[in-house]
Amino acid sequence: MYKYDAIDQQIVNERVAQYRDQTNRYLAGELSEEEFRPLRLQNGLYIQRHAPMLRIAVPYGMLSSKQLRKLAAIAKRYDKGYGHFSTRQNLQLNWPKLEDVPEILAELATVEMHAIQTSGNCIRNITTDQFAGVAPDEVIDPRAMAEIMRQWSTFHPEFALLPRKFKIAVSGTKQDRAIVQAHDIGMEFYKDDQGEMAIRVWVGGGLGRTPILGTVIREHLEWQHALTYCDAIIRVYNLHGRRDNAYKARIKILVKALGIDEFRKQVEAEWAYLKDSPNTITETELARVGQHFETMPYENLPAHDASFDAAIVSNPAFAAWVKRCVHPHRQAGYRAVTISLKPHGHPPGDVTSEQMDVVADLADAYSFGELRASHEQNLILADVKLSDLFAVWEKARAAGLATPNIGLLTDIICCPGGDFCSLANAKSIPIAEAIQMQFDNLDYLHDIGELELNISGCMNACGHHHIGHIGILGVDKDGSEWYQVTIGGKQGNDASIGTVIGPSFSADEMPGVVQRLIEVYIQERTPEERFIDTVRRIGVAPFKAHVYASKETSNV
Amino acid sequence: MSNLIKDNAIVADEWTRVVPPSLGEEAVRKQAGKVVLFKLTGEETFTAEQIAATQIPAGKVLVPFTVWLANKDALADRVNQGEVGLLIATHEAIEDVIAAVTDINAFALVAVYVERFADGRIFSIGNLLRTRYGFKNELRAIGDVLRDQLFFLKRSGFNSYLIRADRNAQEALQSLKDFSEPYQGAVDINQPAWRRVNR
Repeated sequence: MYKYDAIDQQIVNERVAQYRDQTNRYLAGELSEEEFRPLRLQNGLYIQRHAPMLRIAVPYGMLSSKQLRKLAAIAKRYDKGYGHFSTRQNLQLNWPKLEDVPEILAELATVEMHAIQTSGNCIRNITTDQFAGVAPDEVIDPRAMAEIMRQWSTFHPEFALLPRKFKIAVSGTKQDRAIVQAHDIGMEFYKDDQGEMAIRVWVGGGLGRTPILGTVIREHLEWQHALTYCDAIIRVYNLHGRRDNAYKARIKILVKALGIDEFRKQVEAEWAYLKDSPNTITETELARVGQHFETMPYENLPAHDASFDAAIVSNPAFAAWVKRCVHPHRQAGYRAVTISLKPHGHPPGDVTSEQMDVVADLADAYSFGELRASHEQNLILADVKLSDLFAVWEKARAAGLATPNIGLLTDIICCPGGDFCSLANAKSIPIAEAIQMQFDNLDYLHDIGELELNISGCMNACGHHHIGHIGILGVDKDGSEWYQVTIGGKQGNDASIGTVIGPSFSADEMPGVVQRLIEVYIQERTPEERFIDTVRRIGVAPFKAHVYASKETSNV
Repeated sequence: MSNLIKDNAIVADEWTRVVPPSLGEEAVRKQAGKVVLFKLTGEETFTAEQIAATQIPAGKVLVPFTVWLANKDALADRVNQGEVGLLIATHEAIEDVIAAVTDINAFALVAVYVERFADGRIFSIGNLLRTRYGFKNELRAIGDVLRDQLFFLKRSGFNSYLIRADRNAQEALQSLKDFSEPYQGAVDINQPAWRRVNR
């Protein structure tokens, strides 16, 4: 992974000093609440329901074991001994003191970490596929370009105060795993006819209050122009995006209002001036950053391992875990492993300091000391030998980190919700926990098969509910908490936004509602169909009929 | 004491800002930028009556773009003598301003007024003035200008900053030096780090 040089280190060190000074000025009353707000937000510090929340950047999800141990120590010293991995592959601390944040940043800087631009109206953390560099279907490892873009976006002077937040995702696989279509800019890397790395650029996607999937603004962009083309897009947005209404301020609203053709025309006109300017990426720079992401020193291993095969046969629990949590790898004899942060009955994405230390140890012992955070809020060991999988499983299981539910209904993607977040209309964690307990029977869970369930506590959609096969959105009705259900959303190349099935439900009803959706699926599915396939084939109506029929019966 | 920072030092402000009188009418609100998209963006512009009623004093004057436009001929000599500065608001399209002036460098000063700290259009406007329209003279940020914007303003081509009256310009000077080696090329240093330094 990327290692800081003197310039990188100096920038985070100077940031610590700058933010320490800003905090001191705020505490001394020299900065008003309103003036401090954009400053602390651009440093990931929210003022929450109970305490501030600090969002620490994990650039494109990459972490070293040393960094994870530092996060564990910070969570222990400055928080309540746990952290929460978010859908932007970042780590959130829910209980730090505002006064302690400069110290936390100073500690993070010692392990090449920071909280720069993890919130606020600026370019946010760039996200990508958690299997970047190891996925068999990968065409291009996008991490070097992601790092180049991270540096370009860090304290970008022209785009420091945009109309609204700005999210970029990069991907280099045939099967998109970075939801590029749900981002302000999505960069899809591919090899063109000449065998050169090129980018398909998507623009104007986003979830939130007005969910819209992105549109291709440019089919073919040579990689050298990635930064200047983004400069052109964001300049048009910075100058012409709405600033009078926060709900209408995302780039997707501008793109819709202008139409993609007019928007593209303006971007291309801007780019004509910026193309080939000094921010054009050179071969040398790509090579310099790329060397940090070179292939790991893999051993030459056979494609099969006898001890692994034997363990699968003799140990059904291990076999179940392998089925759900172990993923293919481009190197023979290796696998990627998902460490589930979704044990049933616990807040999705939460991880204790002790668990972080366990995962760091696993990374050191079995995966070259590196790991990744996924946008599905789990951790990944990307390079584990087949022969080590059993040992990894045993150690992970002992720490409660081996729930065999990845990609299943209980691998719920969920924002912190009303328990923590002051924006939320409703709680989300208790809903997730109740649903997990409803489907706690592992055989049943595996029989239901692949299903993505996403929960957001408000329309800001941090839980990405629009693209959940089942999406749950917390809404406020006359001061009480209700839940609106959508089905048919999906991430990936064939992304779609879910359809609302009808009037919302109370919290108590939610496990039953999900149960009834599953009943329709079980009854209607063909042998090869996943939940999402059945929804797409038969439509929303049968699901709606069954859910509300039983609701009426129960009300009589 | 002056609250004006110019080229890394606090200097006296020689310019008088011309403000059209309030005529007690409802302010006309105007669309942002060149694309007429929305009825309201909450940004005030001056009415023809306000512009007509504006008094322009002697000496170096900083004149709103629309006021200059209405008095273009009358002010021509003073522009040539270096006595007129042009004041642009962030919702005014910079290409319209450039289209209306014969030579932007005829103005000794161009100032961009930012009503709220969070309005980042000022950075793009500064960048365009310097890189596309070749403005070489003093480029000043005025309005809700606080020290935490200064580093970004400097990088976007500004070289003077009128710090909001209730803040200390001396302290604000520090923030021009917040970062020593920025990553990306911008107006002040147009080469990105990887082209400047052997990394």
